[in-house]
Amino acid sequence: MKLGAPVFAVALLLVPLIPSPYYVNVTSQILIAAVFASSLNLLVGYAGLTSLGHAAYLGVAAYAVAWLTTLGGLGHLAAALVALAVTTATAACFGVLALRGTGLAFLMITLALGQILWGVAYRWVSLTGGDNGITGLTRPRPFGFDLTSPGAFYYFTLAIAAPTVAAIALYVSSPLGAAVQGMRDQPRRMSALGHNVWMVRWLTFVFAGTGAGVAGILFVYYNQFIGPQTLNLTNSAEVLLMVISGGAGTVLGPIIGAATVVILKNVVSAYITRWVMLLGAVFVLIVVFMPDGLGPGLHRLWHTRSRSAS
Amino acid sequence: MSFWLVLTVNSVTFGGLLFLLSAGFSLIFGLMRIPNLTHGSLFMLGAYVGATFVVGLLGFQLNFWLAAILAALTVAAAGALAERLLLRQLPGDQLAQVLVTLGLAFIIADGCIWIWGGDPMPLPVPAALGGAVRAFGFVFPFYRLVVVAIALLVALALWLGLERTRVGAMIRAGVDDMEMAAGMGLPVSRLFTTVFCLGAALAGMGGVLGGPILSVYPGLDTDMLPLALVVVILGGIGSLLGAFAGSFIIGFVYTFGQTLLPDLAYVILFLPMVLVLVLRPRGLFGTRAA
Repeated sequence: MKLGAPVFAVALLLVPLIPSPYYVNVTSQILIAAVFASSLNLLVGYAGLTSLGHAAYLGVAAYAVAWLTTLGGLGHLAAALVALAVTTATAACFGVLALRGTGLAFLMITLALGQILWGVAYRWVSLTGGDNGITGLTRPRPFGFDLTSPGAFYYFTLAIAAPTVAAIALYVSSPLGAAVQGMRDQPRRMSALGHNVWMVRWLTFVFAGTGAGVAGILFVYYNQFIGPQTLNLTNSAEVLLMVISGGAGTVLGPIIGAATVVILKNVVSAYITRWVMLLGAVFVLIVVFMPDGLGPGLHRLWHTRSRSAS
Repeated sequence: MSFWLVLTVNSVTFGGLLFLLSAGFSLIFGLMRIPNLTHGSLFMLGAYVGATFVVGLLGFQLNFWLAAILAALTVAAAGALAERLLLRQLPGDQLAQVLVTLGLAFIIADGCIWIWGGDPMPLPVPAALGGAVRAFGFVFPFYRLVVVAIALLVALALWLGLERTRVGAMIRAGVDDMEMAAGMGLPVSRLFTTVFCLGAALAGMGGVLGGPILSVYPGLDTDMLPLALVVVILGGIGSLLGAFAGSFIIGFVYTFGQTLLPDLAYVILFLPMVLVLVLRPRGLFGTRAA
């Protein structure tokens, strides 16, 4: 395990040496999904709040960048910063509403809020282009580097994704992160100890929204297009599946889950068009048979097998 | 017929459809403590099955009402299967149950596209009800009035069933305090299946009745599900009266919003929900906080 981290880091740096641009692009997608899933993991895994509207924040950031750089006439850096601010503000407002409930009420409110934002993206044609979305945006050129090639864009994504995931891990290990985990397990006790449960949860909610915003900015650079389907329930469920399948409440879990789901989606889409059905089936299977995620689930299977073998 | 009257009639009709959808949703939530995320899918499935019978895709055509009843029964059977085979496997784990209903919703949505294709399916208004009624110097589309009448009848039947029958008393007891009800020896397991089937049947019937008005298309499920959520957040979980009032409020807000400010219809939908969440988190008629 001690060798694992440096080997993993070197492997990440060497990805663009793969001769096929397809696989480099898939790895970029995995990195973006890993940021997205890690941000949701803050809520699902550490705060114990299952959100079904997380695609909303990715979507808001992506739409903001797309709108600001094409119609708004802003530069890339300014657009990205404004987009992050808008996303954080959206999460701050939605957090106030969603945290009126916990547990399943929280899930229901986040789902409703997410669907409403999808409706706005779809119906408010004059702002969002409706079903056609917003096209024609370009990738940024940080310090003059051209990001059109898959390899260059991969390094750019890695340079943004790695610190973001690290920031999320840092948040979790900070006193604030410890408090939010305490509130997941014992909200009353934490409240009795003098912690402001609502405020800590709200801060975590907002931070999770900002994290999804970072993923949204990378997402829109990668695709150079944004449409309302990015905000739909399928996407919110997909990212939740990444978190749950990898193992909620661990730093590596969402990354493994993101890789699993993105690879599965790319492989399956090459052969059949029934991705949504498979997503649903995988969801049901994981929830029923491996509720603690693929990582711990397989680990457990492996241990029981090796124990019975020896 | 004046513009405002048309909007009002449409709002009331849509409210009636929403009631058929959300009455079951609210009861299931009240009793089993889970928001059933397949509810929009059951509505859509009912609409597709009904349309299949009415249009005659299987080689024979059925009368609209017969098709509606058959569709409701089919959807109820699907609901019973889901409840017995899957939700039953996860007793007490509500989060897992909700995630299973979410997975099922995707399977149903994609399955409907697989079976019926991606194009919208027309579901014609039954011939006998296609006309209009004259009253007070205005002309009302007859079918919409029938839908409202059915919704009101269903509401009355549900109310009588819950308030005046033994099963209804058991359901109310379960909604109020499940542990106590189970401790008193109520057949909790059978109640769950009964309520789930009833909710599914109502949603399926709502789908068929809504077919001629909304048409039947892929995505109908995710259009309806958030409306049911908003109705129940507004009216209060597990409250029949709440579902009733909430449905008509949202029926009006949504229909007027869509006509007057089509761009922002969804934002306007958001307002009553925000108000209730901020001022009265347990909903208008709910007894406990969501």
